[in-house]
Amino acid sequence: MAVEIIEPRAEPQPAGAPPHPVREFWNYFSENKGAVGGLIVIVLIALAAIFADVLAPFPPDQQNREALLVPPFWVEGGSLRYILGTDDVGRDILSRLLYGARLSMLIGCIVVTLSLACGIVLGLIAGFFRGMIGIAIMRAMDIMLAFPALLLAIVIVAILGPSLTNAIVAVAIVVLPHYVRLTRAAAVNELSKDYVTASRLAGAGMFRLMVVTVLPNCMAPLIVQATLGFSSAILDAAALGFIGLGAQPPTPEWGTMLADAQRFIRRAWWVVTFPGLAILITVLSFNLLGDGLRDALDPKLKR
Amino acid sequence: MLRFLVTRVSLVIPTFIGVTLLTFALIRLIPGDPIELLVGERGIDPERHAELRAEMGLDQPLLHQYGIYIWDVLQGDLGRSVVTRQPVLHEFFELFPATLELSLCAMIFALSIGLTAGVIAAVRRNSVFDHTVMGVSLTGYSMPIFWWAILLILLFSVNLGWTPVSGRIDVIYWFDQPTGFMLIDSLLSGQEGAFTSAVRHLILPAIVLGTIPLAVIARMTRSSMLEVLGEDYIRTARAKGLRPQRVVGLHALRNALIPVVTVIGLQVGVLLTGAILTETIFAWPGVGKWLIEAIHRRDYPTLQGGILLIATAVILVNLTVDLLYGIINPRIRHAR
Repeated sequence: MAVEIIEPRAEPQPAGAPPHPVREFWNYFSENKGAVGGLIVIVLIALAAIFADVLAPFPPDQQNREALLVPPFWVEGGSLRYILGTDDVGRDILSRLLYGARLSMLIGCIVVTLSLACGIVLGLIAGFFRGMIGIAIMRAMDIMLAFPALLLAIVIVAILGPSLTNAIVAVAIVVLPHYVRLTRAAAVNELSKDYVTASRLAGAGMFRLMVVTVLPNCMAPLIVQATLGFSSAILDAAALGFIGLGAQPPTPEWGTMLADAQRFIRRAWWVVTFPGLAILITVLSFNLLGDGLRDALDPKLKR
Repeated sequence: MLRFLVTRVSLVIPTFIGVTLLTFALIRLIPGDPIELLVGERGIDPERHAELRAEMGLDQPLLHQYGIYIWDVLQGDLGRSVVTRQPVLHEFFELFPATLELSLCAMIFALSIGLTAGVIAAVRRNSVFDHTVMGVSLTGYSMPIFWWAILLILLFSVNLGWTPVSGRIDVIYWFDQPTGFMLIDSLLSGQEGAFTSAVRHLILPAIVLGTIPLAVIARMTRSSMLEVLGEDYIRTARAKGLRPQRVVGLHALRNALIPVVTVIGLQVGVLLTGAILTETIFAWPGVGKWLIEAIHRRDYPTLQGGILLIATAVILVNLTVDLLYGIINPRIRHAR
């Protein structure tokens, strides 16, 4: 992610030369204020996740018996010691949210890496071998798409048993068809082009054609999908946690925290408000970033 | 048209077989012995165990078991719930009207606001209204709906006391349910206040469930409308002096709705999944809540049957949408 925000140093270029691709990308991307905002928030959340140990005032599971259901500091009865208040067993909500950010970012990273890697491999195979193998792969993906995403994830977790790891596996499997289809479509499109034929005539083997020649040109839609995949992974994992099929208490996962806090809705609004707000802000930022990337990477929209 | 129909319908069969394979595998993939899972912690003596295995056909080869399963499914026998001993199909159809009513109301809510907002945003491109609609819909699209439900309960039920927190109607009302739709049945019952009570119970869950479809429909309508408004025939219509309302409402909207219909169809899957979360939070007695309870109670026959039925429903809706798409957009069916 950091790679994308580093601007290449402006080097003197001969007049009329096209700008460096990264610079061109950044020019388009930075025009979209929402996307830049999303990127900034994501960087902040990522930093919070990495430095949760340093930033959090308390360990996520420390129960402060003398401070049960303390409201946030700006409400009467709250104190700066617990900035966002405490829950029913006296755990500091801010600390739990910070550690929860770590979990959510981790969930997003693992899900996107898993599904992207498997999706690219399956999609390339389906694109290159359009006989029985390709048809079999695409049919299997169609069947998976016949299930609503969360329902399929629930089925998988029901088979594997409820836990954070299984929830991650389930979400990764559920989003797989999108990557396979995107990769296959892009690969099929590229395969008909002259440069691939040229490369093939030059004696490039199948593996080289797949990975070195075709794959780099399929990356744009995949990058966009992966960014949006972050948001759906975080959202789905939180939903699984909320219905008791994801991370189990006392893990400070945002969805699990919400499910846990639902009982206190009448007495302590802060316990149910902040974890959801954290999910919303994170998911919204990734969606903004994804939209911005799509606009910047889609050659059809470029003037 | 016939060819398009046949190709599309024939695609359903392998998908359905795939779904049955998955639900068939479900019970066999769960770690542990299915019979021990069924009897629970009471334990079972080896003789009875072998008997049950034979009774359930678990001693047969897998392919044979699958054949029996498919045969039963095609005859409408989806097994019995371990908890209630009721046939799964029967329970599903008892609860399904509640989910259907909720989903329909959510869809009506999403369509009425989403379409209007999308059209106005497109017509007044780059206005404050446009930016607001886009911002709100992106937020709605990113919304964890289980939290959104909690927020609405916090505001309308806890703080303002306007709406109830759970169920379909107040417990004081009791009447027959010939249609299964609470709104209709409460009207038919003629009991005073029953209909109002049903509406008050329905309104929050419907808003929660409709939020994501609303956001998607508004965004889709706007972009589709923008595309159509830029076309030549719209300029012609304007040039020959038609009133702007007529150009937008009749000429443009008709063509702009074509991609929107697909999106609406895709939202059915979203609605059914959303129903699982929404029903759990609002204690709405539909198939979503039933499914989650089945998981927590380890009622695997119910889970298996319920998933098969919901997946089948989604497949059928997608098929219908595709066929409708072929009817309203002649370009599709002639392309095949």
